[in-house]
Amino acid sequence: MTDQIRMRATVRDGITEVRLLVPHPMETGQRKDASGNLIPAHHISSLTVSHNGELLLASEMGRSVSANPHLTFKFKGGEKGDKLSVSWLDNQQQSRTEEGQIN
Amino acid sequence: MQGTRRNALKTIAGMSVYGALVSSGLIAPGMLKAAEERQLFKATNLGDALAALGATESSPSTDLHLTVPDIAEDSAVVPVAIVSGIPDTEQIAIMVEKNPNMVVANFTLGARTLPEIATRIKMGQTSDVYAVVKANGRFYFARKEIRITIGGCGA
Repeated sequence: MTDQIRMRATVRDGITEVRLLVPHPMETGQRKDASGNLIPAHHISSLTVSHNGELLLASEMGRSVSANPHLTFKFKGGEKGDKLSVSWLDNQQQSRTEEGQIN
Repeated sequence: MQGTRRNALKTIAGMSVYGALVSSGLIAPGMLKAAEERQLFKATNLGDALAALGATESSPSTDLHLTVPDIAEDSAVVPVAIVSGIPDTEQIAIMVEKNPNMVVANFTLGARTLPEIATRIKMGQTSDVYAVVKANGRFYFARKEIRITIGGCGA
């Protein structure tokens, strides 16, 4: 689950499209393991994306976002080579921040 | 004792990362509050879910486009795309009426972000799915049913 966030950001005609794939189990807390014990809930609770320090997207997530959340959005502006920063925090207080580049 | 202390340290480390995110402006203060309360994600019926969003009044909108499959092949990975044609859309939420917790996700858009979001969600059973957006302080919604076919034989 500490796999790297995969990001693809491409700019065309002044609009940047950002596609994210965030490795995370997104356990609901309702599933049972092989021996019948409940697997504790483990899901991303917030995820933010920013460009040059400006917040583009602030997401709050519950447990019914699919495992390894996938997110696509667009924003105005952005130049090739600009840095995008993605951060998430989960309900077990684990977090991760990564940077990607606009192509 | 050692284990407890280590866990405590881990928790503190986690919290300080969050604090750093907040203070660096990466997370809006409003989100922190929302994350603490998590009331939004506890809602089990439509009324509570809308109330938790602050949308006590909302109206259907044909300018809000919710693109979903009619029948989901895999209920754990259901693609959902929302495009809002409503001016000044600032927030987009996804809800599944018959999931144990209705609210799936809530997206707050930055000033330069277009009102278009695509993601993938889990569904427990056939249900209506809602896109709820906030624009200019008012709430609008669009609704579509997604059928879940267990076994995928299209029954």
